Amino acid sequence: MSAEKNENASWIDKRFPLTETWKAHLAEYYAPKNLNFWSFFGSLAILTLVIQIVTGIWLAMNYKPDAALAFASVEYIMRDVDWGWLIRYMHSTGASMFFIVIYLHMFRALLWGSYRKPRELLWILGVVIYLAMMATAFFGYLLPWGQMSYWGAQVIVNLFAAVPVVGDDLSVWVRGDYVISDVTLNRFFAFHFLLPFVLAALVFIHIVALHHVGSNNPDGIEIKDGPKGNRWSDKAPADGIPFHPYYTVKDFMGVVVFLALFSWIMFYAPTMGGIFLEAPNFQPANPMLTPPHIAPVWYFTPYYAMLRAVPPLWGSQFPGVVVMFGAILIFFVLPWLDRSPVKSIRYKGPIFKVALAIFAVSFVVLAWLGMQPASDLSTLLSQIFTVLYFAFFLLMPIYSSLDKTKPVPERVTA
Amino acid sequence: MSAEGVNKMRRRLLVAATSIVGAVGTGYALVPFVASMNPSARARAAGAPVEADVSKLEPGALLRVKWRGKPVWVVHRTPEMIAALASNDSKLVDPKSEVDHQPPYCQNPTRSIKPEYLVAIGICTHLGCSPTYRPEFGTEDLGADWKGGFHCPCHGSRFDLAARVFKNVPAPTNLYIPKHTYLNATTILVGEDRGGAA
Repeated sequence: MSAEKNENASWIDKRFPLTETWKAHLAEYYAPKNLNFWSFFGSLAILTLVIQIVTGIWLAMNYKPDAALAFASVEYIMRDVDWGWLIRYMHSTGASMFFIVIYLHMFRALLWGSYRKPRELLWILGVVIYLAMMATAFFGYLLPWGQMSYWGAQVIVNLFAAVPVVGDDLSVWVRGDYVISDVTLNRFFAFHFLLPFVLAALVFIHIVALHHVGSNNPDGIEIKDGPKGNRWSDKAPADGIPFHPYYTVKDFMGVVVFLALFSWIMFYAPTMGGIFLEAPNFQPANPMLTPPHIAPVWYFTPYYAMLRAVPPLWGSQFPGVVVMFGAILIFFVLPWLDRSPVKSIRYKGPIFKVALAIFAVSFVVLAWLGMQPASDLSTLLSQIFTVLYFAFFLLMPIYSSLDKTKPVPERVTA
Repeated sequence: MSAEGVNKMRRRLLVAATSIVGAVGTGYALVPFVASMNPSARARAAGAPVEADVSKLEPGALLRVKWRGKPVWVVHRTPEMIAALASNDSKLVDPKSEVDHQPPYCQNPTRSIKPEYLVAIGICTHLGCSPTYRPEFGTEDLGADWKGGFHCPCHGSRFDLAARVFKNVPAPTNLYIPKHTYLNATTILVGEDRGGAA
């Protein structure tokens, strides 16, 4: 900034880059003009994070992280605290809505090729956010101290016990006790309170990375590489429009529709028929008795189905745990698996389209299988869809380079 | 500032030494944070043995007692149940209980001190759910040749009435048999035997 310009700047701008930040990230951040429906989910994810943090802090004002008091304190919030039921249902519905939004946000990245160069790091940061989100959700699910909280945590913490050699000590260290107990509940509450702020910091870094490389679009064309000059600036990409007001208005539209849907669920179907809030969780935790059928909440069930699909090998269930975590960690290498010369699905060939469809169907079917009681048929189906899930990634270097692609236009299409 | 007369070797050595000492110090500072997450003295001490009174336990019935926060089952096996155990052997992973999941005096065909009483820790060796007691013979969901046992609701593992794991289920090993001893004909002390506490 020149000295002359600085003299005209406001008192604040001389001390803090307020106007500069506003321009760089909103008023003069040029996003592609062809963004569509799929671009809603980034801003909706921020909205849900804010909803979760605000409602979470208000719940913490009445919640007691104590094995003897936790279940009753949640009932107290639901019955005796003014509007407590609403804040609690906002939080529980919000958790599921957060995952719906994030899964759609990730699927958008697959459609548009948003994980490809130069957005590899942006994508990796996103996967880190996804992992942090899953950890937060896992810690949070123990807090109501219902049957599903207890036995779900028991199963997940025991996953660590499957690690060879150090496993048993590791699971004891995570629990702080030999079984899930008051100690575990207390520390999970601490982590559940901490992680959303870590999440907020990661989202900040994610946006810094996004605004550095620029937003992708349904065509997967880099507007920065195209011609320059638009109505607002000679140097800005010709196919870019200022994020504010154009996309702030568009995203507000998304927010209105999203909140309408959110409210409908919150008011009329907060348990979503046992999917968002599972029935056994309305009974207090009983360490002596596992409910007849336990399953994690729906957003973990695809991975849970994969865990169940792998039989023990060499007298250990560790392979199943490796497959389960591998299914998440494989997202990290996705940018280097796709060898297609084009980014967006619009210009990719039929093989990729079929592969992506199979992947999406596998994910949904695995989610459903993970909710079902274990049977021979469900195990077989889980095995088939687990193979299909991994095939999408592992065969991608082959099919993406074989695939017939369409020519990519110079400019984004309207 | 002039760069002349700077002893670069000495500067590099000092920077490296400072970094190493700092890293070691940081490592030591992490110890209390990591160690405080281990079980506390109170949690470590809460392992006292418990008594189970089986005088009113009907043949075929199961009693749950809590030991170290875990469910311990005592099953009063009927003569038919005991007789059927051997017929499972070919379908089991470890029919002779070779994996060290029981005290030596329970490494026998019934995995018990007295054949009619099974004492086992009711925590699945897969991922820690508590399996459901399914004493009936030949069921619709578990098959016509089911000779009674335990079925884990979480991941479908199956165990027979000697808490031995079947093949082709997620659980890799037999259930644990805790140290136990008979104080008299119908009172079992779980968690301690004549050799001392577990």
